[in-house]
Amino acid sequence: MTAAPTTEVSRLLSEDFDGVLDAWFATQKRDGVRRPDLFSDRESRRQLSELLRTFSEALGRIDISEPVDIDTEAWSELRMALSEITLVRTERGVAPWEMTAFMLALKQPVFEKLSEGLANTPERLLAEASDFGRVVDAFAMHINEHFIAERDEIIERQRAEMMELSTPVVQLWERVLTIPLIGTLDSMRAQEVMENLLNSIVEHSAEVVIVDITGVRVVDTQVAQHLLRTAAAVRLMGAEAIISGISPKIAQTMVELGVDVGEVTTRPSIRAALDEAFRRVGFRISRVEDTRV
Amino acid sequence: MNGAPAQPAARVELRRERDVAAARLAVSRAMDALGARALRKTRFITAVSEIARNALEHGGGGVMEIYNLERPRRIMIRCRDEGPGIADIDQAMVDGFSTARSMGKGLGGARRLVAAFRIESRPGAGTTIEMEADP
Repeated sequence: MTAAPTTEVSRLLSEDFDGVLDAWFATQKRDGVRRPDLFSDRESRRQLSELLRTFSEALGRIDISEPVDIDTEAWSELRMALSEITLVRTERGVAPWEMTAFMLALKQPVFEKLSEGLANTPERLLAEASDFGRVVDAFAMHINEHFIAERDEIIERQRAEMMELSTPVVQLWERVLTIPLIGTLDSMRAQEVMENLLNSIVEHSAEVVIVDITGVRVVDTQVAQHLLRTAAAVRLMGAEAIISGISPKIAQTMVELGVDVGEVTTRPSIRAALDEAFRRVGFRISRVEDTRV
Repeated sequence: MNGAPAQPAARVELRRERDVAAARLAVSRAMDALGARALRKTRFITAVSEIARNALEHGGGGVMEIYNLERPRRIMIRCRDEGPGIADIDQAMVDGFSTARSMGKGLGGARRLVAAFRIESRPGAGTTIEMEADP
């Protein structure tokens, strides 16, 4: 790799490393992002020094007057250092904005030192200050992206966990199962529902399965198709499906959509469906004689 | 196509299946803000669900914009995709016609569920659908 041109910034970082470090630390203190409640001065200084050292090394290889792309190989060590410091600090409770401010706090002290060192060459001062500003901005943005990526990962994980939780098959009675559906029935969930249900039919020797859609807000043609396919598969297993919880709103909407449920038994409520299920498996619910008198 | 306000009240990118649910939710919120009645809401949102999924499955993804129209106050949505377009719109609107393995009632069904339905499509130039809810 070709060596980057020597700049005032790189000279500063190699000759006045501690001075820059002290000034950065002081700016953080002033901006209220130092967090002495979470990190001792020694620990904080060690983190800053590590980051600044990696930066200084990167400047020896990279010409920052060119457009900065922090995702390239040349910046990989710095990216790692940034990720590490972000992780350590956020684990102890540092907020995303504080982490960004923490990084941006490096600008002002370096600008001040640059304006001392380049007082006689204003054009160079402007160019170097602007280049350095861009790099620090890129670091701050990288930190932000890191946060967003981490949050997305958490959301994705929770989604997967919810998906697993959300299709429980419950045995209501001998040979009677129910699966209450809640929320959105997309293709992936429909597949889960079908698998869980068919396995449970075998496991419990079920004859009637109540698929309750009280908690499903929209039945469009895709959802309807999933439901009808599930009912067909249940029938192939030798059991009967009853779809319950079809509200008047959904019934009217389905008619206008042109959805025909064909032979599939439907009931407005899970209670009516249970009544029907009992009839089919040969049970009856009856009131006991009132013996409390 | 039609006289929609310059700025949409909301915009949903349709890139994955879950975005269809996001589109439904966004329209549901916009209708709640107008105090729409439950049955009308269910009808319109079902139609939204159909065309959002169409944009995703046949159009390879798209964008749904939600507009607030005045006099009378009502919701309009515009759903655009850059997909292959529809060669014969009349045929696509007929129940039972499907190029995928679906019911083929989506477009025709959606039209029956809304107050106004406009579709514009040319092969190779994508499809745009506008739908207005009952006031």
